[in-house]
Amino acid sequence: MSARVLVGVKRVIDYAVKIRVKPDKTGVVTDGVKHSMNPFCEIAIEEAVRLKEKKLIKEVIAVSCGPQQSQETIRTALAMGADRGIHVDVSGKDYENLGPLQVSKILAALAKKEDVRLIILGKQGTFASQVDFQEDSLKVEREIDGGLETIKIKMPAVVTADLRLNEPRYATLPNIMKAKKKKIDTVKPSDLGVDLSSQLEVLSVEEPSQRQAGVKVETVEDLIKKLRDSGRI
Amino acid sequence: MAASWARSGLKFCRNFVKPWSVEVWKGQAVGARRGITQASTERAGVNGFLHAPLQTFCEEESMMKDAVKKFAQERIAPLVSKMDEQSHMDESVLHGLFEQGFMGIEIDEHYGGTGASFFTSILVIEELAKVDPSVAVLCDIQNTLINTLFRKCGTEEQKSYYLPRLATNMIGSFCLSEAESGSDAFSLKTKAEKHKDYYIINGSKMWISNSEQAGVFLVMANANASAGYRGITCFIVDRDTEGLSIGKKENKLGLRASSTCPLTFDNVKVPESNILGELGQGYKYAIGMLNGGRIGIAAQMLGLAQGCFDNAIPYTQQRIQFGKRIFDFQGMQHQIAHVATQIEAARLLTYNAARLSEAGRPFIKEACMAKYYASEVATLTTSKCIEWMGGVGFTKDYPIEKFYRDCKIGSIYEGTSNIQLTTMAKFIDREYQA
Repeated sequence: MSARVLVGVKRVIDYAVKIRVKPDKTGVVTDGVKHSMNPFCEIAIEEAVRLKEKKLIKEVIAVSCGPQQSQETIRTALAMGADRGIHVDVSGKDYENLGPLQVSKILAALAKKEDVRLIILGKQGTFASQVDFQEDSLKVEREIDGGLETIKIKMPAVVTADLRLNEPRYATLPNIMKAKKKKIDTVKPSDLGVDLSSQLEVLSVEEPSQRQAGVKVETVEDLIKKLRDSGRI
Repeated sequence: MAASWARSGLKFCRNFVKPWSVEVWKGQAVGARRGITQASTERAGVNGFLHAPLQTFCEEESMMKDAVKKFAQERIAPLVSKMDEQSHMDESVLHGLFEQGFMGIEIDEHYGGTGASFFTSILVIEELAKVDPSVAVLCDIQNTLINTLFRKCGTEEQKSYYLPRLATNMIGSFCLSEAESGSDAFSLKTKAEKHKDYYIINGSKMWISNSEQAGVFLVMANANASAGYRGITCFIVDRDTEGLSIGKKENKLGLRASSTCPLTFDNVKVPESNILGELGQGYKYAIGMLNGGRIGIAAQMLGLAQGCFDNAIPYTQQRIQFGKRIFDFQGMQHQIAHVATQIEAARLLTYNAARLSEAGRPFIKEACMAKYYASEVATLTTSKCIEWMGGVGFTKDYPIEKFYRDCKIGSIYEGTSNIQLTTMAKFIDREYQA
């Protein structure tokens, strides 16, 4: 198979860090906070590398849109087995306004430019829990509310990785050394002909309200009384 | 970590990972040649590197540090308590260390190793020690003693045979100490008698780490007793050699998951081609190796202290007494800050000694300082951490008491604190001679 796979990897706040909202409510605190690759993106990379190891695809390209630091995330993807990286340089105000629409435009433009047959992303898409590569189509098993669903899709296609798709590998020390030699290309969104203007404006960011303590009741009558009191029934 | 620091750190990596300098063997003479002139010629060198803080890492050093941390937290941490209790290192941990490339850090890529720097091994050992110092010491001995000996003194044939194995699945043991010779290492009694093209080794060794799992043993034996220590030679002895027996594992206070056994050599036949380096030069290799190994132990003790500290502080922030967190009492704050300072100082000594070694500059006095200081700091830290945790610190349900037991060996093995101090004094004496 001579297919190329594009995998999107995003640099996000580390999942173990407690997120705090900035005092001016314009966003969350990111300065000095530990960042790493989105765990779902790790699963996406793992799936792509496994496909390459099974010799079903030829090349894995890791892509990240963001400021200079996104290159660290691409390096981690390279250390896990991706062949080369593309860093779409977006910084400052543009980065703050970068929404799903803009990123999709960028990925679509890159997919065309690099002649990509399959794009694998972390969650929020088709939630694949198993992917089978066939001649020119994919058999994807995904988890839905009622159970499991198996669908067949033609390529080029976009698949997103769910938690149970695989267990990502550790980047071994020798692979980290090898990743040093792999290429990362930098492109600007304008090179891809993508317009970054956003239709959305962030008005304010707030923490979710604190969970209130619950109240225990002794009997069903008590429960009904409480529900009436709070105007629910 | 600002981009400019990363760049200068990277330059540092590329320019200063020098091959083993002959000067280092003549450790004693080099000590006297330190001085202002050397520093000033180097200041004129690569721009930026001399101004970088000691905790500047190049990109791959950072990535490796994170990789080890992740692996240690996920794969080793859950097994630590069990391994300590049963005094046995789990196979999955051993496999994991090899799989991740932690056992062949400085071994060249074409022998199957990672091909990274000495400083990287120091970072790996430190991160492992934060979780389990027993695992760290296994990794330390393999990298700083065994691999280094093969890399520096081995013939191409020995290297091609052993290095790939050491990087992928074979553990090595360094056999110097005996029942009657610890600090006085050169008075060792194990003998090697020459016959035609082979040697017969007779004797015994004690306190040999990793011996339960080792596939190869580097044995210091005297091939020419009348020449005193100048007869000491390093022999490569494979595990399955007839006459070599591994005794029962010691039941230790700490580092229990690391196997420490006595060895007996009963007419062990070793071909001449199994001599590592040259006949009668074993003592030199041993000293040279232990100079670097010292920095590894410093890193282990450093990681131990940091790991213990990291476990104790959250408790002090949660525990409320007399209406406030125990962390908020001034007495506690002062103790905590004092310990944190000591750990930072130990870290800087260790990192500096490692960078000096990488740069091919004299580093023996600094290595002694790092090992001595880090082991003392580890003892202080663990002792204080138990006190801060109160009653729970005293129970096996919490990891603190294990760190307390593990730290003690730091001031004893690979050169006792007294030996380190005496060595440092020798250098100081020479520096101040007219």
